[in-house]
Amino acid sequence: MFELDSATLSRMLTSLTLLFHAIFATIGVGVPVMVSIAEFIGIKKKDPHYTLLARRWTRGYTITVAVGVVTGTAIGLQLSLLWPSFMQLAGNIIALPLFMETFAFFFEAIFLGAYLYTWDRFKNPIYHWLLSIPVVIGGTMSAFFITTVNAFMNTPQGFKLEDGNVTSINPLQAMFNPATPTKVFHVISSSYLTAAAVLAAIAAFFILMKKGSQYHKKALKLTVIATFIFAIMTAIAGDLSAKFLAEHQPEKLAAGEWHFETEDKADLIVFGTLNEDNEVENAIRIPNALSFLAHGDFNAEVTGLEETPEDERPPLWIHYMFDLMVSIGFFTLGISLLYIVFWKVKKWNEHHPLLLWGIAAGGPLSMLAIEFGWVFAEVGRQPWILRGFMTVFEGSTTSPHVDWMFILFVALYAVLAVGCIVVLRKMFKNNPAELELEHRYPQVAATKEDD
Amino acid sequence: MMSYELIGITVLWIFLYGYLIVASIDFGAGFFAFYAKATKKDHIINQLISRYLSPVWEVTNVFFVFFFVGLVGFFPDMAYYFGQSLLIPGSIAIVLIAIRGSFYAFESYGSKDNLVYMFFYGATGLLIPASLSTALTISEGGFIEETETGVHLLSGELLTSPYSWSVVFLAIVSVLYISSMFLTYYADRAGDQPALDLVRKYALFWSSPTIIASLTTFIALSQQNPEHYQRAIDLWWVFGISVAFFMVAVFLVYQGKNYGWAFIAVMFQFLVAFFGYGASHLPYLLNPYVTLSSGVTNETMAIALIVVFIAGLLLLIPSLVLLMRMFLFDADYVKGKK
Repeated sequence: MFELDSATLSRMLTSLTLLFHAIFATIGVGVPVMVSIAEFIGIKKKDPHYTLLARRWTRGYTITVAVGVVTGTAIGLQLSLLWPSFMQLAGNIIALPLFMETFAFFFEAIFLGAYLYTWDRFKNPIYHWLLSIPVVIGGTMSAFFITTVNAFMNTPQGFKLEDGNVTSINPLQAMFNPATPTKVFHVISSSYLTAAAVLAAIAAFFILMKKGSQYHKKALKLTVIATFIFAIMTAIAGDLSAKFLAEHQPEKLAAGEWHFETEDKADLIVFGTLNEDNEVENAIRIPNALSFLAHGDFNAEVTGLEETPEDERPPLWIHYMFDLMVSIGFFTLGISLLYIVFWKVKKWNEHHPLLLWGIAAGGPLSMLAIEFGWVFAEVGRQPWILRGFMTVFEGSTTSPHVDWMFILFVALYAVLAVGCIVVLRKMFKNNPAELELEHRYPQVAATKEDD
Repeated sequence: MMSYELIGITVLWIFLYGYLIVASIDFGAGFFAFYAKATKKDHIINQLISRYLSPVWEVTNVFFVFFFVGLVGFFPDMAYYFGQSLLIPGSIAIVLIAIRGSFYAFESYGSKDNLVYMFFYGATGLLIPASLSTALTISEGGFIEETETGVHLLSGELLTSPYSWSVVFLAIVSVLYISSMFLTYYADRAGDQPALDLVRKYALFWSSPTIIASLTTFIALSQQNPEHYQRAIDLWWVFGISVAFFMVAVFLVYQGKNYGWAFIAVMFQFLVAFFGYGASHLPYLLNPYVTLSSGVTNETMAIALIVVFIAGLLLLIPSLVLLMRMFLFDADYVKGKK
């Protein structure tokens, strides 16, 4: 149907599934952390506002987690369906983290069910809060394990390849490869950040629309402070990732930064365009900043793209992905800091509409940054599926039917997206927080049939 | 001492069996919930069904993920052959699982009593076992070929084979049988007489097609793969035990008491038959391309996987027991008092 080969179509379908899954996976890892914090504060301060926050977040979370689970199952199967040769090779080496990921997922699934259905079951609420801990651990551990697999694809090690056969396998060395620490740190911190920013955006939006109540103001304060902390963590993780790239995957950093010639005192190029001769125009240049970003030294030498053979270079448009991701990261850090300053300085109003609009924009923008970041990371290792060992063309299926499957999955994700939005809207529109608070907390004993 | 590959396949087979039971309960319950709604009997059983399903639906899904991740881990060659040949049935199964899982959440946490959501939820529950059973069917051989251009599924052969259709039929009726047997037990525990009367009727109704389908599948297997059939005949006593458990289960339900024992008998009926089928399938995993020893991963990885598996069980079993005590064996919860 399309005039495209199976490998290209497989790439398109895999990207589609992963980009869709990333939205729900990020929420899946981050939101339980926020829920757990809110419930804990609610118990400690005996403040039903926070408990209600945890309850309402959890309720929305069940919908997103369902979509996350089914799209995660999809990518799990698609790996073998679309990349059979790759899985045949890599299955020998990275089966361990894949297997452990399902354990973490299992653990999370068991306790999520328990957490959802035991809100009013214990006399001491701390027991219910304790059930949230395994959910947080399960979610974060599954992000950890699956990220080690992705890290392995970037910097494969722990095996030898002799005539197409893998030998001398060391599963732990493969799992804890050079890319693992920075990747895991960056993935987890940015998931926490994005979840906090999305929840902050919802609170800010409600205050903007309805001059929000006490409940929304408390939600805003909690989520923006969390955003600020996680944004700092993410910035550190991002900086470490750049230093990792400079050392282990210089071609990705060079393509991302449009750094063509190896030189010291390298400038950082922000946005801009390329002309036909690959010369940078219209960009902001920050002198020596790339050297600092890559090696922590303003005079250090940074490897240019010219050192990489032409057929092993990633496409140059990933530069924009990198810049957009970083810009959004700094925007979220800045806006959350601004809120905290406004809140601390008594004369200033931390609920100024402009500030709130900034926070409201921060949620969707952070989610976009997750997508840009993944596109940068994944397209940045093209043409390799297993850097240095196997290209994406060698790894893909030979089946001629990928085009139809692509259309099938476009339709599926459209249905899931629409369903998710419709149900979430319905869930919260007819049951505003104020109403639920009145209904639930004056008569705690009589509220058993909910959830 | 068992070899690593034998430990590996046994572990995987246990998980596939676990999935068979929990998913059958889930798939069948979804269908019965929709059927009851469509025939305006939903007030009798849907409360009961959702009390059971809500806390466990996600766990059901993990059993499946566990199986296929484990399969690729222990036997990477299977990823190649199944991956190359199953793109279409595999993708259809993914779509069905995705629709079902998310629409379940949409219906039960979001807009309650939405008939469209319930229809998709119920219908996909019967189509998923049909599409997943394709993988077992093609493992018998004769449905895929390896040529210069790769591995291809012979879809024409698959769609016209009596064996593949009898497997599909067996999968569907077993789902309804296992599920209604479980719901009978659950309704009895809940002390819900009207629900019990209804699901008990379902259970008795679906028992005969299940045993008939088992027999026809056996006969069709003798046409499809005579060697496998011969190995199964050598294990005739295993299948005999399975039939005995079936008779115990149906007898107990017919008598109208000891529903707990009846469901345990159902579990043994399928356990014994499933392992008999599995044992007679060996040494082939995928006839004739992959055998147990040719497809296995290297020893280091096999040991690592087994170690992780044991560690994982130490974590999972107490957690599962906790979940079951909270939602399955807690009489107050089952009766709807919590």
